[in-house]
Amino acid sequence: MLKKLDQEEYFYGHKGCGGCGGSLAVRLALKVLGKNTFVVLPAGCMSAVGFVYPQLCFGVNALISPFASTAAMLSGIRVAAKSLNIEDCNVVGFAGDGGTADIGLQALSGAIDRGDKIIYICYDNEAYMNTGVQQSSLTPYGARTTTTPPGDYIHGSINTKKDMVEIVAAHHIKYAATASIGNIPDYIRKVEKAKNINGTSYIHVAAPCPTGWGIDSSETISIAKEAIACGLWYLAEYEDGVYKLNQEIHEYTSIKAYLKKQTRFKHITDEDIEIITKQRDQKNYYIKEQHRKNII
Amino acid sequence: MSYKVFVSGDEAVALGVKLAKPNVIAAYPITPQTIVVERLAEMVEKRELAAQYMYVESEHSALAAVMGASVLGARTFTATSSQGLLYMAEVMHYASGGRVPLVMMNANRSVALPWSIFGDQRDSLSLLDSGWIQAYVEDAQESLDMIIQAYAIAENKNVLTPIMINLDGFVLTHTFEAIDMPTEKQVAKFLPEFELEGKMDLSNPKNLFFSSSPSDNILFKAQQHQAMENSRSIIEEVDKLYEEITGRGYGGLATGYKTEDAEIIIITLGSITGLVKDVVDSLRIEGQKVGVVKIRFMRPFPEKEILQLCKNASKIGVLEKDISFGYHGTVYTNVADALKTTGIILINYIAGLGGKNISEQDIKNIFIELKSIDAEHSAQAVNFVGVEG
Amino acid sequence: MTRATVNKEFSGGIPTGTYGQAMHLTETLEGWRNAKPVIDNNICNNCKWCYLVCPEGVIFDDENNMQIDYRFCKGCGICAKECKKTAIVMEKEDSANEL
Repeated sequence: MLKKLDQEEYFYGHKGCGGCGGSLAVRLALKVLGKNTFVVLPAGCMSAVGFVYPQLCFGVNALISPFASTAAMLSGIRVAAKSLNIEDCNVVGFAGDGGTADIGLQALSGAIDRGDKIIYICYDNEAYMNTGVQQSSLTPYGARTTTTPPGDYIHGSINTKKDMVEIVAAHHIKYAATASIGNIPDYIRKVEKAKNINGTSYIHVAAPCPTGWGIDSSETISIAKEAIACGLWYLAEYEDGVYKLNQEIHEYTSIKAYLKKQTRFKHITDEDIEIITKQRDQKNYYIKEQHRKNII
Repeated sequence: MSYKVFVSGDEAVALGVKLAKPNVIAAYPITPQTIVVERLAEMVEKRELAAQYMYVESEHSALAAVMGASVLGARTFTATSSQGLLYMAEVMHYASGGRVPLVMMNANRSVALPWSIFGDQRDSLSLLDSGWIQAYVEDAQESLDMIIQAYAIAENKNVLTPIMINLDGFVLTHTFEAIDMPTEKQVAKFLPEFELEGKMDLSNPKNLFFSSSPSDNILFKAQQHQAMENSRSIIEEVDKLYEEITGRGYGGLATGYKTEDAEIIIITLGSITGLVKDVVDSLRIEGQKVGVVKIRFMRPFPEKEILQLCKNASKIGVLEKDISFGYHGTVYTNVADALKTTGIILINYIAGLGGKNISEQDIKNIFIELKSIDAEHSAQAVNFVGVEG
Repeated sequence: MTRATVNKEFSGGIPTGTYGQAMHLTETLEGWRNAKPVIDNNICNNCKWCYLVCPEGVIFDDENNMQIDYRFCKGCGICAKECKKTAIVMEKEDSANEL
């Protein structure tokens, strides 16, 4: 696996929080893609920490897009590269959950429709972290954010995560995958696969945020692993209309243990945990069914 | 060998774009710009234009897409109107601050509410502060010629500022005229290949569109302002070169028609200039000393030129198709500042909003009213033409 | 492999518009740390897992000896936590930029 990675560091000297999951996701993806890469990042953590003039932290061509426009700029760059006969290059975007599922959703939909050879990677830290931990449509049920404070009234986020893989699959995207920095070999394999897809790919990578989740900065990877182990994050792929579950977990670890490790879930009640457990079961049942249908 | 074609304003724009040979086109359809994008698609299909024609799902994405394409070193084109122009407003500032040399055609159309597909100039004038060079054309010939000139202006390394070419919705976009087509050879002589020094490059990678700190930001903005100031002379040089090569020039940032000895002048913008010139001609026959100033560029604003053209007049009417609610029309405000050292009487006429027809008589009435102003008869500062009271 | 160079003497000028150079670094970030990771090369078996998991990319292999570019290590502790051989220890450190 190490052989797949470029030795250079293409995201370096950035001002992300210590232990930032998003920056690890960006760093590893760029090592898979190598120097012939054009990167687009919208407003969000990764652009905010990597482009504060005069400290410019990307070793490859990179630019910041308007918040809603990551996918539009990705298409524009790929189309321009085509028109200028710049071949053999990657065009990749790194957008957060807010910049993807909320404000960036329209442009993402348009880009997949166009089918240009671009890679869209959503690093999901489950809230608008850059602006101070506000709720996004990928904030999980029950989470505390600054716009869903846990009190006696509403008691945390009452939305459930939008299913981004389902959304991009409904566009008949060439390749989509969920990934996590809790399983780095799997993530690297998927970025490598996306690199070679002749069409649009989408990777949704779990990127825990110590600051926003309320964990120690050293726990980023272990909490990501635990999210997979308790079933709240599954690893799957969607390619040419076919779902494939990468890892079937027969016995989940405790959801309660996972949640209680994070300050953002400190207020969670047993009723909430029941709801979350039910959501996990429904979601995993659904993805297992999709997977099963494809094994004839 | 040049030849004539009979085309609408929109079609003239498409022909100009074809001659400029952009690499990437991305535009979202909106009345009355649709003909431009339809003609371009036909040209691409017929292989008359070797551009990548991108489908985009909104105007905001259209402008973002051409920005990305442009900084890779591709010449681009986009077009829009009213609602679409305002939808991309965020990206307008992005492009000018990012110093990206884009060319965009805007079909001037009224902005909702109420809904109207018809022409007025409220859309582009509401974005004067967005940092784009803004030109307003009078007829289909100027539309075609200015699209080609636009690339030369925007891509000049001392300018590197995006430029918007405005055509009045329907009255110009959809009206047919016979125009001269420059030849490919003439355009090749006039317009160099697009070269962008700071472009993204695999062998010399860049980090673009970054953030600045409180201590730096004003330096970037001052630099941007200077570039816009630089464009004044470049606009004139480009026009002179174009005239040398094609035989057609337009005289720079603002021009006057029979203004040298005019006592009363109407200042205006866009296609209405043609009708005002006709009224000026008929009033001159009656012996009246009247003239018209055509503002060609609203940004950079031709303050020196307007002062020079108007200095002998005693009364001026600014005729425009917009209003900045709670004050005057924006063209009036800009002109008033240019003429602040003179004692000239300046009256604002707001007309044509939402496509309301401006007739020959309306213009004559403006000249009549201006003429009648004296110690006993004054006029309101702001007049809505065709509205009682 | 060369590590990124940092131009601390940067003049403070601005480019034309927002056109910047790639990997243009003018400051180091060691002042962010409260603790620094130290690798015991006697225990380390060069599996390179620490190199993979570092969000900053400061751990690298120098001829089979794992090294750390302390200029940009923020002391997050992921490497120490993830090391399968417990070859990395976080040592408390007074703020490096206290002069």
